[in-house]
Amino acid sequence: MRNLSKIITVIVFIFLYIPIIVLAVASFSSGTDLAVFKEFTLSRYSELFRDTTLLTLLRNSVIIAVLSTAIATILGTAAAVGISRMKGRLRKLVMGMTNIPMTNPDIVTGVSLALMFAFTGTVLKLNSVLGFWTLLIAHITFNLPYVILNVMPRLTNMNPFLTDAALDLGCTPVQAFFKVTIHEIMPGIIAGALMSFTMSLDDFVISYFVTGSGFVTLPVEIYNYTKKPIHPKLYALFTLMFIVILALMVTMNLLQGRNKKARIHGIAARTGKEA
Amino acid sequence: MKKELIKLENLVMEFDGQRVLDNVSLSIENGRFLTLLGPSGCGKTTTLRIIGGFLTPTSGTVLFDGQPINNVPAYKRQINTVFQNYALFPHLDVYDNIAFGLRIAGVKEPEIDRRVSEMLSVVSLNGFENRSVTALSGGQQQRVAIARALINRPKVLLLDEPLGALDLRLRKDMQNELKRIQQEVGITFIYVTHDQEEALSMSDTVVVMDSGRIQQVGTPEDIYNEPANAYVADFIGESNILDGIMKSDFKVNFFGRDFDCLDKGFAPDEPVDVVIRPEDVDIVAPGAGQLTGTVTNVTFKGVHYDTIVNFSGFKWLIQTTDFNAEGSRIGIRLNPDDIHVMHKSEYSGMFGDYSSYSAEYDEIAVAEESEEE
Amino acid sequence: MKRNSGKSWLSVPYIVWMLLFSIIPLCIVIYYAFTDSLTGEFTFSNITGILDYATIFLRSIWLSVAATIICLIIGYPVAYTIARCKPRTQRMLQMLVMLPMCMSFLLRTLAWVALLEDTGIINNIITSLGLQPLPLIRNSGAVILGMVYNYLPYMILPLYTVISKINPRLIEAAEDLGCSKAKTFTKVILPLSVPGIISGITMVFVPAVSTFYISQKLGSTGTVMVGDIIESQFKGAYNPNLGAAMSLILMILIFICIGITNRVAGDEEEVMMP
Repeated sequence: MRNLSKIITVIVFIFLYIPIIVLAVASFSSGTDLAVFKEFTLSRYSELFRDTTLLTLLRNSVIIAVLSTAIATILGTAAAVGISRMKGRLRKLVMGMTNIPMTNPDIVTGVSLALMFAFTGTVLKLNSVLGFWTLLIAHITFNLPYVILNVMPRLTNMNPFLTDAALDLGCTPVQAFFKVTIHEIMPGIIAGALMSFTMSLDDFVISYFVTGSGFVTLPVEIYNYTKKPIHPKLYALFTLMFIVILALMVTMNLLQGRNKKARIHGIAARTGKEA
Repeated sequence: MKKELIKLENLVMEFDGQRVLDNVSLSIENGRFLTLLGPSGCGKTTTLRIIGGFLTPTSGTVLFDGQPINNVPAYKRQINTVFQNYALFPHLDVYDNIAFGLRIAGVKEPEIDRRVSEMLSVVSLNGFENRSVTALSGGQQQRVAIARALINRPKVLLLDEPLGALDLRLRKDMQNELKRIQQEVGITFIYVTHDQEEALSMSDTVVVMDSGRIQQVGTPEDIYNEPANAYVADFIGESNILDGIMKSDFKVNFFGRDFDCLDKGFAPDEPVDVVIRPEDVDIVAPGAGQLTGTVTNVTFKGVHYDTIVNFSGFKWLIQTTDFNAEGSRIGIRLNPDDIHVMHKSEYSGMFGDYSSYSAEYDEIAVAEESEEE
Repeated sequence: MKRNSGKSWLSVPYIVWMLLFSIIPLCIVIYYAFTDSLTGEFTFSNITGILDYATIFLRSIWLSVAATIICLIIGYPVAYTIARCKPRTQRMLQMLVMLPMCMSFLLRTLAWVALLEDTGIINNIITSLGLQPLPLIRNSGAVILGMVYNYLPYMILPLYTVISKINPRLIEAAEDLGCSKAKTFTKVILPLSVPGIISGITMVFVPAVSTFYISQKLGSTGTVMVGDIIESQFKGAYNPNLGAAMSLILMILIFICIGITNRVAGDEEEVMMP
């Protein structure tokens, strides 16, 4: 039974990474067909760095991801603090509202925002409102629940007397938040922000519906590319992004591990001294 | 010196229509060690939180130094709190936790340094400055919490069940420690606990509370020796509580006979509750005392035996160092100062009967010879 | 207990935001769903028009239910195995599950096209062994495979979170009380992982049933899904009113499906985050 589980696990990991390997291998091939490896070349990578449109798209994606994450994190953290003070039906209602974008399929969220923007456009007699701002609004909207759902448990699990203690020691409520509460909920804020950032950076479905021709992000343009024969420099971009994300994750993991270890060592040293 | 520092006037607190405090009035003198004692839900913590400024009473006034402070927020009060489970800031080390209040107040760093090390020696934690508070033992965390509150030189220190999380041994040590610290700094301590022994051994004044009302205020000796009603008598120590009638001053009647006592000022023939502490009863040979009964249960408690004695169907708890076997007949003698007479209250008849003390077979028809002497 | 500082106003900007950009858009979807595209008058024709697409709706549901079940069956052992590893390995494996989620799902799906094509990598291997090439692409199987591939991490992560939090003492207690390994699993571990199973099912089913890219690339005209039709109402044959009606029906269908899952699993309502 346990061995079967292990075998399935190994197969699943291979399954998850095969397409990534295919793309990475193709990025070094001189041919255009993903399925056939011709000759080894690095020209895809040099082409990539000369392709200003692709780099602009990447920059657009990063701008939207950074801005929407920052705004959603601030708005969402404040909201979580507010919601944690609510009780009963009101709280249920607001949390229900928070869950709507989580349970609604992306396509419905995208369509509903697209319709509203179109509607607003007709009312304002504008030709097209779609562009940077609609994209930013959409991203903030789907990022907000991630922040709130990550911060809320931290707030509810926080020792309520910590805030009282800060007030007791002379903090105004605002000081108490920035000197105590925020430290307690920081892991939740960071997790929410990270999740928002990756969701935003990779979002295609919602962006696809709310973006105009003026401001396009990378995933949306890749979709347009994949309708035609795709240019292999995208594989190079994919491979680079994979390496960057992998490196980021591994460092984060190592840092986490080290922190934990340091703490355990510290405790051991302390108890050792006391004994 | 002993002037009134805090005055509570007719405090009422309601949560969602539920009355948690019912007309609580209390005067607290400067430099006192005052304990609010009662079971959970009696309103003691609510009272403390109102004094601390974490709750606003539904009605009533809190006076501090003669000034009403109902609308003064917690952070502007010269009052600090040691919280239940300490509420130390986990992201700060011992030093920064203790320095927290001074930093908020904008005290200069050299001064902070001086006062933190002063405080650390008060609570005997020298050398712990840079420890993480999460790595401290319960007793050490307790000391940090006290230091963190006292360093601000408050006029009053509030302590909310501060020893609740400690084991018995440590609790005893910390009781002495707290008393010592209070005498050293000389400020008012308001202490909340449900542990009567803790309250009696540490306090100058004990306030017994139940169902949102103050039942009695007094010194530990007063509370123990002269309980105001059956509730207090039962909550503080063990008590046998009997129905009696006050014949006249210094004369109370129960079990159909008159006893001399030290109480006076009751209406003639007023029905009263009579309290007899289990350790006050003298055991004598059957017939030699004022009452005679049958031992129904004996439990060894280390220092003494808990002996349940049946007098005419009413069972008493008697604590004695002498062993009396189950089934043996004994007599008892009550001296006038062993008998405490209280007015009837809503608690009459609810406490002080040891009939359900243990699983025992009820002896039927024991309404016998309690009259003969 | 009432606290003195009522900070609930802090959530007001958020509530206003969500009303503007989540609730009102949904109301507009309803408005469009019940109005005529040309005259703007109230009509049921969009809703009744969906009947023409009933087979597509049914197909979407069965394909995504199949994908969800497969994800659960292969995701559970993976989550269980990860949860039984050493903490360090657990973190590493969890990261490896999350990593593909961060990569462009369009390009990864495209890679599957290259793998499954008639002249693709897998068939190249098969023919080089002297066998006949297999029809691996442009059928329901390929679409289900694409869904499983893309959404499997969304199943594994909540399952892993729940399983790793099961107190090992409970398992010891079950064994102590005479449960065999298999019994311990069915009587203790499985019931305790129900919240994870539910959020896993939700997190796989919702995006799977509404996907519009996977079926375009890996499927054929016979595997067109709701998402494809909705997309075409906005980006191709422009009929936003019909598209809105379909979105509305899709939304309702999903709420019903989630409701059924919750009911079957015993009213655990908890949204798990990876």
